[in-house]
Amino acid sequence: MNRKSLTKTLVTTPYTIWMIIFVVVPIALVVYYALTDADGHFTTENIFAIVDYGKTFAVSLELALISTAICLLLAYPLAYTISRMHTRRQSTMIMLVMLPMWMNFLIRTYAWMTILENNGLINRFVRMLGGEGFRMINTNGAVVLGMVYNFLPYMILPIYTVLTKIEQSTIEAAQDLGANRVQVFRRILFPMSVPGIISGVTMVFVPAVSTFVISKLLGGGKTFLIGDIIENYFLGNTGTVNYNIGASLSLVLMLLILISMAIMNHFDKDESAGGML
Amino acid sequence: MKKKVLSVILALCIACGVLSLAGCGGNADRVTLNVYNWGEYIDLSVLPEFEKETGIKVNYTTYASNEEMYAKVSSGAASYDVVIPSDYMIAKLIEEDMLAELDFSNIPNYQYIGEDYRGLQYDPENKFSVPYSWGTTVIMYNKTVVDPADVADKSVDLMWNEKYKDQILMFDNPRDAFALALSKLGYSFNSTNPDEWEQAAELLRQQKPLVQSYVMDQIFDKMEAGEAAIAAYYAGDALIIQEENPDVDYFIPKEGANMFVDAMCVMKNTQHKAEAEAFINFMLKTDVAVKTAEVIGYATPHTAAKAELDPEITGNPVVYPDAAILENTEVFLNLTPEIGKLQSELWTDIKKD
Repeated sequence: MNRKSLTKTLVTTPYTIWMIIFVVVPIALVVYYALTDADGHFTTENIFAIVDYGKTFAVSLELALISTAICLLLAYPLAYTISRMHTRRQSTMIMLVMLPMWMNFLIRTYAWMTILENNGLINRFVRMLGGEGFRMINTNGAVVLGMVYNFLPYMILPIYTVLTKIEQSTIEAAQDLGANRVQVFRRILFPMSVPGIISGVTMVFVPAVSTFVISKLLGGGKTFLIGDIIENYFLGNTGTVNYNIGASLSLVLMLLILISMAIMNHFDKDESAGGML
Repeated sequence: MKKKVLSVILALCIACGVLSLAGCGGNADRVTLNVYNWGEYIDLSVLPEFEKETGIKVNYTTYASNEEMYAKVSSGAASYDVVIPSDYMIAKLIEEDMLAELDFSNIPNYQYIGEDYRGLQYDPENKFSVPYSWGTTVIMYNKTVVDPADVADKSVDLMWNEKYKDQILMFDNPRDAFALALSKLGYSFNSTNPDEWEQAAELLRQQKPLVQSYVMDQIFDKMEAGEAAIAAYYAGDALIIQEENPDVDYFIPKEGANMFVDAMCVMKNTQHKAEAEAFINFMLKTDVAVKTAEVIGYATPHTAAKAELDPEITGNPVVYPDAAILENTEVFLNLTPEIGKLQSELWTDIKKD
């Protein structure tokens, strides 16, 4: 073994061990529990049992998709604006985007509870101005808001990273060749930023579809998401612990996420191929 | 070359980090006790006091429900020394041989525990548990919102009153939620008849549109801020909430309520049984028990502490109900596996629809 490969092994070994212990083994356990019953015998019953949770899956997917779409719409213009700023200001702006993430996720979500409640900050302000006040907390809208707020930075950062690599001269070249603003966006900027969009969408969609804290705090336990059900089965909050159903729900959720990622990557290939032409 | 050296050093650092993670907790000269208790259920200032007095370090963590506690201790993922579950959960832990038999010679302060709280149903021979506090479930309401006529009869029906749609907070755990519905139907909380549980589930389903949210510890914020008007919860917490928001009043429903005893137990797989017993004994010191009772608001089984408490608290008929009211309460027993499973399925159905 020469020195180069020795270094390489030394560098990669801890990572490999880490991955095996914390990624491969847990996934294997999930698969094991999903395909066995309480006594450890093989069964496909748990997988079929998820039919009962179809509606919950649908609600979770719907809310996660809405949040991802809103994140994308908010993040793209912002990421673009930041990427065209002076380098110095860029780092300030990016720091501001990340600033909320220095605080604990749970505390930030609790804070939203206080803001949105019927006697919360917003409603008190509205009433002070003579308004009626309206219901925000414990609705699906509040859950979506919580998701968008918590996961927005994960959308901004990858898109910004991609956009900032696009040279201003590329855009100028397009303009020289007669492209108007819409054409520059459609033919140049957008295709070149697709990889960033894809990682952003993945990084928002995955935690959004599996969250359970946000729905519990902002949805009042009435918007029951698939993450809530999984949590309940593992923590036994419904009275009985059932790793098997919990694992099979997790497995199906993972498969759903994998499928959506595969679809997204498909887009990526199409777009970059289109961009090359 | 320099880069290579650097990367090797980095790799070694990471490897060491992983190894030291695996080997953590190896601090031999100082015992760490893992104490697992309900949220908002202790005067935190007594923990450093215990650490100073005994030199034993306390790693204090909390849970929101008996079921959550059970899931953690039964998975074996974390090891706890002292746990403070409720009656029916203690019965379950005893049945599953998860609790250590206590050596009461290490817990001389047990003498202060009142006769009424010894040898209770969940631990008839009094071998595994030392009562920590007790109480009943109550219904609280905000006097500025709820019409006095609606609470005049002190009925559990208030939790189903359509007038207060979106103002009602409900237990986010099945055992207490079902108990409320079962009491409305006049059935036992420990019913073994699946049909009665189905009926209770139907009631809970009807209640769902009226419920503002299903909560546990969040109830403090919501009732104190006047965010909700009606809530079912535990007596001691109602007292604490009333201190913050004097508009809140509470009653024990006439249909009956759950009477619970939370008791300190030592897990069978503990490495530090003597230290765990020292902790239990410390919690039973009169001044500590007084502090505990004052902070948590629940009734204390500690006779000497009760004598030292403000008579206004010990004279409160909701916190220390008289025999006539206690007659009408019921203690949770460990459900049969079939009923337990049914309860879990029904609750999941109610929550997800």
